[in-house]
Amino acid sequence: MSEDAAVDRKSIMTPFNICAGIIVIAGLIVTFIRFTQGLGAATNLSEYNPWGIWIGFDLLVGVALAAGGYVTSAAVYLFGMKRFHSAVRPAILTGFLGYLFVVVALHYDLGRPWRLPYPFIFGYGTTSMLFEVGLCVALYLTVLFLEFSTAPMEWLGYKRTRNLVHRLTLVLTIFGVVLSTLHQSSLGALFLIAPSKLHPLWYSPYLPTYFFVSSIIAGLSMVIFEGTLAHRAFHHKMDEAHKAEHNPLTLGFGKAASLVLAGYFSIKVIGIAAGNHWHLLATGYGFWFLVELMGFIALPCLLYAMGVREQNLKLIRFTAAWTVLGIIINRLNVSIIAFNWQLPSSERYFPHWMEFTISIFIVTLIVLAYRFIVTRMPILYEHPEYKDSH
Amino acid sequence: MSISRRKFLGWLGAAGAGTTIGSKANAASNKVFKGYPDSMGVLHDATLCVGCRECEAACNKVNELSAPDKPFTDLTVLDVKRRTKNEAFTVVNRYDGIPESKGPVFRKTQCNHCLEPACASACFVRAFKKTESGAVVWDESVCVGCRYCMIACPFDIPTYEYDNPLTPKVLKCTMCAPRIEKGLLPGCVESCPKEALTYGKREDLIKIARDRISKYPDRYVDHIYGEHEMGGTSWLYLSSVPFEKIALREDLGITPAPSLTSGALGVVPMVVGLWPVLLTGVYAMSKRKEKIATEERETAVAEAIDKTTAEGEVKLSNAMAKAEKDKEKAIEKAVKTALEEAEKQAEEEAAAKTEAEAAKADQVEPDKSAGKDQAEKIDEAQTEEADEAPKTKDAKTNDEEES
Ligand code: SF4
Ligand code: SF4
Repeated sequence: MSEDAAVDRKSIMTPFNICAGIIVIAGLIVTFIRFTQGLGAATNLSEYNPWGIWIGFDLLVGVALAAGGYVTSAAVYLFGMKRFHSAVRPAILTGFLGYLFVVVALHYDLGRPWRLPYPFIFGYGTTSMLFEVGLCVALYLTVLFLEFSTAPMEWLGYKRTRNLVHRLTLVLTIFGVVLSTLHQSSLGALFLIAPSKLHPLWYSPYLPTYFFVSSIIAGLSMVIFEGTLAHRAFHHKMDEAHKAEHNPLTLGFGKAASLVLAGYFSIKVIGIAAGNHWHLLATGYGFWFLVELMGFIALPCLLYAMGVREQNLKLIRFTAAWTVLGIIINRLNVSIIAFNWQLPSSERYFPHWMEFTISIFIVTLIVLAYRFIVTRMPILYEHPEYKDSH
Repeated sequence: MSISRRKFLGWLGAAGAGTTIGSKANAASNKVFKGYPDSMGVLHDATLCVGCRECEAACNKVNELSAPDKPFTDLTVLDVKRRTKNEAFTVVNRYDGIPESKGPVFRKTQCNHCLEPACASACFVRAFKKTESGAVVWDESVCVGCRYCMIACPFDIPTYEYDNPLTPKVLKCTMCAPRIEKGLLPGCVESCPKEALTYGKREDLIKIARDRISKYPDRYVDHIYGEHEMGGTSWLYLSSVPFEKIALREDLGITPAPSLTSGALGVVPMVVGLWPVLLTGVYAMSKRKEKIATEERETAVAEAIDKTTAEGEVKLSNAMAKAEKDKEKAIEKAVKTALEEAEKQAEEEAAAKTEAEAAKADQVEPDKSAGKDQAEKIDEAQTEEADEAPKTKDAKTNDEEES
């Protein structure tokens, strides 16, 4: 008996669990400070910088990287790539968790989070881009929840309901793509209202298009990236279909990402041409813009293409991680780094350590939730009772 | 004189507010909105401002804000550039070393009460309202605290109570809307000893400003800041130096804030309307493609099976024919060899006979039996050949049926 307990303790005390535990404890402490002493105690936000990394990273990056859900389900159910079917569930799961924790993180950032439903009850501020973002995120979270709900229902054995929801797949998928198109682009459109604050190289009337197109790139890359991680950690949980479809999926999504990156690159260049901002490329911000444009758009486009051509899965996986990093940089550029660029450095924003803590805390929670679900529910494998019913 | 004029403007303001309450606003129309008719504003003439901070003190008093660390009479605070704060809805800054001016220039900052406010356009609960009197006011009862209004404001005006965990407020100048309702002047306007602030109907203020510019062309830059900036503001500015030099941005353009996002918002119905149709189309196409592919695959598989069977049969019959030929050849060969051997033996026998005849007669018998063996072998081979014949025939019939 005591021996069992000792073994249990040993298997729980893995380095991963210890790290996660420390982060969770730190996160809870900061959570307490944030909600008892206000935003001022936990953040470096100011009058000039009302949005920090809780918006720039947790919201903007979070939503972009959770795009894998709609990208994969659209590819499989709408564009007929049935051969990647096993990728849908994990992608939906990460999408769902991503959005769920975006909403959780938002509660930290809002001054009065308990009023989150107000815009849809009292306000109806339909002139606000944020209204559209809020509405679409709320609806899409519901869609993702329904799409994801088949897994726990299979796990718990609610066969009837599960089959009912399953029949909605097509409608949910279409609805999901519509909502994703809207809010992914609206997140970019949030900044349209501030042409005087965002650096002209990043400010563009095409911002909504940039955000939408790059969300596809983010989605494709995240599916590859997550797949790689999942293969490392949960290989034993995968069924044959999942294992067999993984490499073709990596190649297929890598190819698609390369194409979309090429398109993204050209609309970015068109953006500079349309605004005639060439001369700005010779400045410090211009250099940073070129780093993003060449290093995180052109380069991964090329690397993906090479990887697909040479069937080099390792290269594709590396490129996926690189592209994800590029998306993070892009969102932070728009929301923080190139925002308020005209202010003197003393007025600029750098996150408080508690802001970092919460962001890391949220990511950790996502990973923990993912692990909890994947080790229990039919995500990486098909439930034996529901085989072939897809 | 100055007091009476201010009073006069105050009445004017009250009257204006009174008359505008009855009139319908057409804020909902998507035509260019030039502000509510008869709405009020304030003209700040920076050439008259001496930086005495009286307006700051008055603002602090009428809005019941907390007292600052240094008293309002302390002018050393002007040494650093300040901005609006939770405790200060308005601040006056001093701008030194401007080549166009002999001495320093002072300029007051506060909410400009835009005609089409960015803050109001950005707020997703419509906490901000542009009232018909001209003031832009904020409603605490609905604010969620997203601070998008602060992102949106091109003048960096609203502030936020970051240290308030439960009821943080967005704070900014209200143009003293409560006082205006009572027929009073805004606190700052009332307190200004130098008439650097004039309260009145915006239209009138523009006329006054134009008059001043034309009367003293040497004293003023020929521009009324706020007449068109960001679609126009209720607060207007006159200056002796380029506005840029007193921290009023000249690169804001004249596009009202709501127009910046209206394009993106206009796309929404398009996406909602078209996307499902297009996606269903794509789905139908891929379904159809899939169906055709399945059908084709099925036919292909069937054909392949047929082909393989046919090929197999052809091969089989060929093989059989070949085997038959080989067998025939083998038989022929065997017969031939047998015959040859028999012949040879016969020859040998004959030779032996001759020899035997020449010698003795007892050696003949065993040779005879060997000849008999050979004959039996030939017989066997011929029977086998007969057995094969019907089989070959069968294969041939099959072939015919298939083709
Ligand atoms: S100055 Fe800023 S806060 Fe004042 S009305 Fe205009 S946008 Fe709103
Ligand atoms: S902080 Fe309040 S007033 Fe400002 S946009 Fe958000 S909800 Fe509206």
